[in-house]
Amino acid sequence: MAEGEGPVSAVLAIPAFLGSFGGAIDFIFSQRESVQAGEPIGGLSQIWDLLATQMAVSILALVLATAIALPLGVWLGHRGVGEFAAVAIGNAGRAIPELALIALMVAFIGTGVLNVTIAVTILGIPPILTNAFVGMRQVDRGAVDAARGMGMTELEVIRRVELPLAVPTIMGGVRTASVNIIATSTIGSIAGVKTLGDLILGQATYGTEGVIAGAIVVALLALAFELILAAVQKTLTPRGLVLQRAAARVSA
Amino acid sequence: MLATLTTLLAQVQIREAGSGATTCQGKNEAFCPSYVIDNIDDYVSPVLEHLVLVLASVLAGFLVAMVLAVLSHGRRWLIPVFIGTTGVLYTIPSIALFLLLLPITGRGTETAIIALSLYNLQIIYRNANSGLANIPRSALDSGTGMGMTKRQLLWKVELPLALPEIIAGVRIATVSTVAIATLAIFAGAGGLGEILYNEGVQRGVFKTNIVFGSLLAVSLAIAFDGLLILVQRFAAPWRRARAL
Repeated sequence: MAEGEGPVSAVLAIPAFLGSFGGAIDFIFSQRESVQAGEPIGGLSQIWDLLATQMAVSILALVLATAIALPLGVWLGHRGVGEFAAVAIGNAGRAIPELALIALMVAFIGTGVLNVTIAVTILGIPPILTNAFVGMRQVDRGAVDAARGMGMTELEVIRRVELPLAVPTIMGGVRTASVNIIATSTIGSIAGVKTLGDLILGQATYGTEGVIAGAIVVALLALAFELILAAVQKTLTPRGLVLQRAAARVSA
Repeated sequence: MLATLTTLLAQVQIREAGSGATTCQGKNEAFCPSYVIDNIDDYVSPVLEHLVLVLASVLAGFLVAMVLAVLSHGRRWLIPVFIGTTGVLYTIPSIALFLLLLPITGRGTETAIIALSLYNLQIIYRNANSGLANIPRSALDSGTGMGMTKRQLLWKVELPLALPEIIAGVRIATVSTVAIATLAIFAGAGGLGEILYNEGVQRGVFKTNIVFGSLLAVSLAIAFDGLLILVQRFAAPWRRARAL
């Protein structure tokens, strides 16, 4: 007993916290009995079930939020109207706590996949809308005038000049939305949707290792979304824009 | 008149208290102002805890962000390194980050403050960095022409001119943190999440607390935002002069 204390326990603290992560990783890969009753928990099949639900909700919400916010932001930005509204919605979106939104939904609308998907979509809309607006407004007016001078229609100006030049800003909004959406769909587990939040908020059932396992998988999911969206951004960004920025960096 | 009204109210309250299912909170109506007024003391410490979480993490994030921004200002190769690192941290959802820190820092307020600081760090660093990068060449040349050293240039020209953008970053960080800090409850720290989750969702979906907790969070965000708009004005008086 006595020899375990003092400097020895300080040394042991390091493997101890690695041990928690190790246990969490073990939880992901192998099944065990739950903390209270003898239900089987953990293991790849349960992780996969939770992950699949969360991915379905997140992807659907991201697609819906983009489908709603992008055309609206692009159109408003192109016309140069509604700046106050576009910026105010972005600011308001930041101030709404995910937890409050989900809790209000549970209290007044109800639980279930449909409700959670709608709530998660709502939190994805503001950053996409605001960034689409700002991205379109930031496009050099000279370039737009030149395009009009070449005889392009308004739709062509949007599609061939403004949108490509606005890609980095627009995708910045989509990436922020993706982080919001994954964070919120995690909490969706308090509204009866079995996402990875079920592990994170279920210490009583899954133990600390389950909680940390959930956090690890959620973090990996968010990073995977980020990598995919970064790749999408790279393909959509016009080559000229990349070269121009690289040149600006060299000369600076 | 007022006295009769008070006695009438008191009678109503006594009658309602007698049968649980007929009171406002007993019926779990959308919002019961009387419950909030009667139990106002219960809301004080979550609000104070929330304020501590927000202020401590914004301050810590701000200080580290400024050190990083000044460091990378003279060494441009550091910028992508810092933006990349802080960006990865920002990508991890707050609720996951809180619990990933669990084995290292344990449950509690410190863990929540560390996680929230990392988010603030990213937002404020980005803004400080672009603020410092966008200083007009002419301002730098004037300073150099007046015989300023590099250090004087930084403190007397570059940082003051970058201040509006830095404060804009602090504003975004603060407002976001007020919202995100509600999740600190899952890291074992208190804050408004206690009202929303422990005393709301977990207490048989008690609507009054969910509504009031949401109201408190949004009001706090608006109050901080307003305060920082004022700071922004005082910190950059030349901007106001131009606007007038």
